[in-house]
Amino acid sequence: MPPTGERHGAGETLALETEGLTKVYGSGHTEVVALRDATMRVRRGEIVALLGPSGAGKSTFLLCVGLINPPTRGRVAIGGRPVVDGHEMLADLRRFRRENIGFVFQKSNLIPFLNAVENVQVVGELIGRRPAVARRRAMELLDALGVGPRAFNMPTQLSGGEQQRVTVARALANQPSLILADEPTAALDSERGRQVMVLFREVAHQHGTGVIVVTHDHRALDVFDTIYEMEDGLLKPAGMALPQVK
Amino acid sequence: MNLAVRDIRHSLGRFILTTIGVGMLLMIVMGMGGIYRGLVDDALVVTRGVGADLWIVQRNTRGPFAEVSRLPRSVVDRVGAVPGVTDAREFVFHTIQREHRGQPLRMGVLGLGWPSDKGEGLPLVAGGPLVHNHYEMIADETLGLALGERVRLGKETYTVVGITRGMVSSGGDGLASFTSRDAQAIQFDEPGESTRLEREARGARAAEIDFGRTQPPVLERAAGLSGGIAALPGPAISAVIARMAPGADAAVVVGTIRGWSDVAVYTGAEQEDLLLKGSVDRARRQILLFRVLLTIISAVIMALIIYTLTLEKLHPIALLKLIGAPNHTIVGLILQQSLIMGALAYGIGYLIGQRLFPLFPRRVLVTGDDLLRLAGIVLVISVVGSLLGIWKAMRVAPNEAIG
Repeated sequence: MPPTGERHGAGETLALETEGLTKVYGSGHTEVVALRDATMRVRRGEIVALLGPSGAGKSTFLLCVGLINPPTRGRVAIGGRPVVDGHEMLADLRRFRRENIGFVFQKSNLIPFLNAVENVQVVGELIGRRPAVARRRAMELLDALGVGPRAFNMPTQLSGGEQQRVTVARALANQPSLILADEPTAALDSERGRQVMVLFREVAHQHGTGVIVVTHDHRALDVFDTIYEMEDGLLKPAGMALPQVK
Repeated sequence: MNLAVRDIRHSLGRFILTTIGVGMLLMIVMGMGGIYRGLVDDALVVTRGVGADLWIVQRNTRGPFAEVSRLPRSVVDRVGAVPGVTDAREFVFHTIQREHRGQPLRMGVLGLGWPSDKGEGLPLVAGGPLVHNHYEMIADETLGLALGERVRLGKETYTVVGITRGMVSSGGDGLASFTSRDAQAIQFDEPGESTRLEREARGARAAEIDFGRTQPPVLERAAGLSGGIAALPGPAISAVIARMAPGADAAVVVGTIRGWSDVAVYTGAEQEDLLLKGSVDRARRQILLFRVLLTIISAVIMALIIYTLTLEKLHPIALLKLIGAPNHTIVGLILQQSLIMGALAYGIGYLIGQRLFPLFPRRVLVTGDDLLRLAGIVLVISVVGSLLGIWKAMRVAPNEAIG
């Protein structure tokens, strides 16, 4: 089914739909195919785990669907809206990213010269909210994620877990259709790592956001609705045999 | 949310130190401009203070400010008789260096045409004009003389009766005003022995000619006071300054005087032009070039500082791009920081300069026009200086925030 933004199931809009996503780096004898015909559908409110060894192409997949590094071929639709079709960009990618996608990474990646609430507020202001409104929304998110009391601390004054919660709050600040998380618990101990995964599940279910989490942590797989695996650039639902690499 | 202000707040100490450094640099640029203006202004203090319409000087010379000019005093009367001239006065100007209170005392000696000019037009800050024909002086405050202080110059002692402010020569020496007679006495002062030897020599020369041998009174007069010998000229003056009647045709008056073969005549504007293109020209151009150089150096330093500050922010900039911040947000972050630094540095430079410049040995004249011009230059420097940083920021890819 092509990712034309059509409704999935009974009138449901997909958070993400990719078809034949391929990413090739270099050319000729230096050519590396990092992603091969990757197809994925994520419903709103669904949390998806993406597993695979290092170099399997997980991060490349996130960069492609996150519109940071557009694919060489394939189609991407986010929140029901086609964004990439082959070589053609159907939207201003940076603007689309700012309005529809949230990012969480292995390192907390907070802006060092902004305090916790400002790190969240800045996203709201970037999508055109008035500063007071963006501030109020940022405080609500921080409170909801349990870091409200640390709202005015600088990133260096927060623990790893607190930083990651602020990052999740920032990812939610634009009420995105899709959140992409690349090994968000890698820098945390197992208990805090699980807390963050549970947090993603709550976010997905409460906000109706599609969440894709790249992870190596198999202990928290029970929180995910769907699990995908990647190897040598090939994507498949967990438990399915990988297609033959040509 | 102003990201530039937030970033400054985050590293406030370093930003302040950097800004102070740039401010000091701008203060030096301001100072060089002030020294340049001071030099020009000082050079014109005397000519403007005198307020002459015409300067009559020795033929084939450029006047007393450029080279030695000697005129007989009688030229004053000749100029005064020219139709269209309302006032002609002698002008005596020369520089001396003597010792006073065990310290060298260097001054520009200005002769006033007393009694018509007693120095009432001078910028007096204490005391008053010259009351008597002799032995009084009006000193500029830069000479460090006090009111009532007595100064020995040559064979005579002069009392300071007035203090002026801002009266300096083109060389930066404080000016002292005397009656022109006293100014000449100071200029042509000779030791007694020298006068005696000159009289002896004159007597000997007269004794060797028939006229001297046959006319004993001539021989006697030759060895006497030089002022008593009609054949010897009186002390020369430097120039004659003249004022023209309102409505008088300057070209006609100048044409009349220019017809005399022993003098040259310049208008006030020409004299100022000669002064600026002559004695102070090289110093003026040197300072101007130095000022231009300093401005360029300031621009380069500011550009490097902004570039370095941007390099330190590449990761947050990549992160901002990743979360979708438009380019104008990132350009604003760098440009606003550059402008804030430029504006603060300008203010710091101005404030420090206001306190430091009066301590300089020569006048540093920072004019409003120059300040405005420098503010414009700082604005341009801030914008241009940030371009390098903006260029670097635009090349950062959002995925650099992830790596």
